[in-house]
Amino acid sequence: MTERPTTTAAGQGTLFQAGGEPRVDLRVIADLVPRGARVLDVGCGDGALLQWLARSRAVDGRGIELSQKGVNECVARGLSVIQGDADTDLVYYPDDAFDVVILSQTLQATGQPKEVLKHLLRIGRRAIVSVPNFGYWRIRLQFLLRGRMPITEDLPYSWYDTPNIHFCTIRDFVELTKEPDVGAEMEKAVALNAGGQAMSLNAPWWFWNLFGEQGVFVLKRR
Amino acid sequence: MVVRFGADQPLPLDSGHSLGPWQIAYQTYGRLNADKSNAILVCHALTGDQHVHNIHPVTGKSGWWDLVIGPGLPIDTDRYFVICANVLGGCMGTTGPASVNPATGKPYGLDLPVVTIGDMVRSQAALIDHLGIDTLFLVMGGSMGGMQVLQWAAAYPERVFAAAPIAAGARHSSQNIAFHEVGRQAIMADPDWHGGRYLDAGTSPRKGLAVARMAAHITYMSEASLHSKFGRRLQGRDRLTFGFDADFQIESYLRHQGLSFVDRFDANSYLYVTRAMDYFDIAAEHGGKLAEAFRGTRTRFCIVSFTSDWLFPTAESRAVVHALNAAGASVSFAEIVTDRGHDAFLLDEPELFGILRGFIDSAARARGLA
Repeated sequence: MTERPTTTAAGQGTLFQAGGEPRVDLRVIADLVPRGARVLDVGCGDGALLQWLARSRAVDGRGIELSQKGVNECVARGLSVIQGDADTDLVYYPDDAFDVVILSQTLQATGQPKEVLKHLLRIGRRAIVSVPNFGYWRIRLQFLLRGRMPITEDLPYSWYDTPNIHFCTIRDFVELTKEPDVGAEMEKAVALNAGGQAMSLNAPWWFWNLFGEQGVFVLKRR
Repeated sequence: MVVRFGADQPLPLDSGHSLGPWQIAYQTYGRLNADKSNAILVCHALTGDQHVHNIHPVTGKSGWWDLVIGPGLPIDTDRYFVICANVLGGCMGTTGPASVNPATGKPYGLDLPVVTIGDMVRSQAALIDHLGIDTLFLVMGGSMGGMQVLQWAAAYPERVFAAAPIAAGARHSSQNIAFHEVGRQAIMADPDWHGGRYLDAGTSPRKGLAVARMAAHITYMSEASLHSKFGRRLQGRDRLTFGFDADFQIESYLRHQGLSFVDRFDANSYLYVTRAMDYFDIAAEHGGKLAEAFRGTRTRFCIVSFTSDWLFPTAESRAVVHALNAAGASVSFAEIVTDRGHDAFLLDEPELFGILRGFIDSAARARGLA
């Protein structure tokens, strides 16, 4: 198996902040998870979100993570985590196995994002997906001014060695969820700014697409 | 230590026969706590035995899992009570083909009914009952030991709090059965085998058993590890002899492995334990659906495979993981990158120790043992 980071694919570094609380954007996701839910976190990294969910929302959590290091850290935290790949392993989970399936900052690193999304909606009654927004103004500006593939603090890879092979903008992702064979219904959408905080709910899509650094979406089967 | 069960306490076998009187030999380490909640059963591999953490009485070598078991190690003998028993059909004190058949007063030989992994686990359960332990905190083992772990979890789910099968699978593959058959045929082709009655004849099929061990030993390593260890280097000479002496170091190594094995292992036992592995197929016992074997289980699983293991490749472990997922079980899985092949579970693999430590420590917290 080739080593490829998943949750940390966007270069987010550690998932915990000083003080033991998870990153702001992970807390935004956690707030979307009902108490006591059965949760699968695909690309769960070092397990910080799962542990936070177990602690703060009493969920019964499971994870999938590609990297050996991540799996070891998860197991040491007492989490049930399988070393595996979202592209190949989701097929083995039965329908409706979980209340919520989370895919945080991982979709852009999968080989078949659409298939992965369909699996999320099959395995979970709800899917929470967060994607880095390639339409973010800093990225647009870099591309416009330098004429080169953008490299930012959160997306620190060169084009030739990035694990992120399927970038999209917030708007692109929303369009994907509308495809008939995906069969998703958007229950909630939140755009996060560079600080990981939720932006104004009243802002129009174009605003999120330009100023949101990532989008967080709650989807359910149509 | 040995527990003897009389003719009034026969052990029922999967073959339909029953065995009685019978006995099981075991070793323990550490101390059982007051509520008997800290017991760990360690299951040994094909040619291993109960001497998991003490000097072996025959070979004088240290315990086969001294890297895993001991004070401060992943299985901490200061915290846990560790039990390891010799398998049914074995040759280190548990009833096997070299034991005396009460019906004839002579060694069983091939008159011992064929035993299965299920029978081995049933005999271990009898031992655990005898020790007064209701629920095992952890059942753990590699290779054939891993098969026993899975069997424990499938047959006695309420008695297994946590389970760690390493480098194992829920069935023995066709290729693995093929290798075992080569070994058995080597033993049975040895004229000293005498149709299995060599103990009566005062002989021992040493050559056949050594060949069986040599063939098996190759499957425990990987091409890469053999190459880095031996390459094509010559043994004690600087040119080829153009004969059939052990010119190459690998030949000499295998001959040594074969010869040292016959000093500690019984040839008929080898037939029985390899057969037990061959017959193992948990899914077959559950209508072909492996997930059914684990339906509703509350056991916490940690499954580990090794990238260069071609005896139990990662796919075998993944099949178990997928079945456990389908059954909604709590399961962790890691594939450890190593070039040391199947035997990696017996060697110094820090990644393995790290994941075992994490799993056992967190299970202990969940069990209230921390």
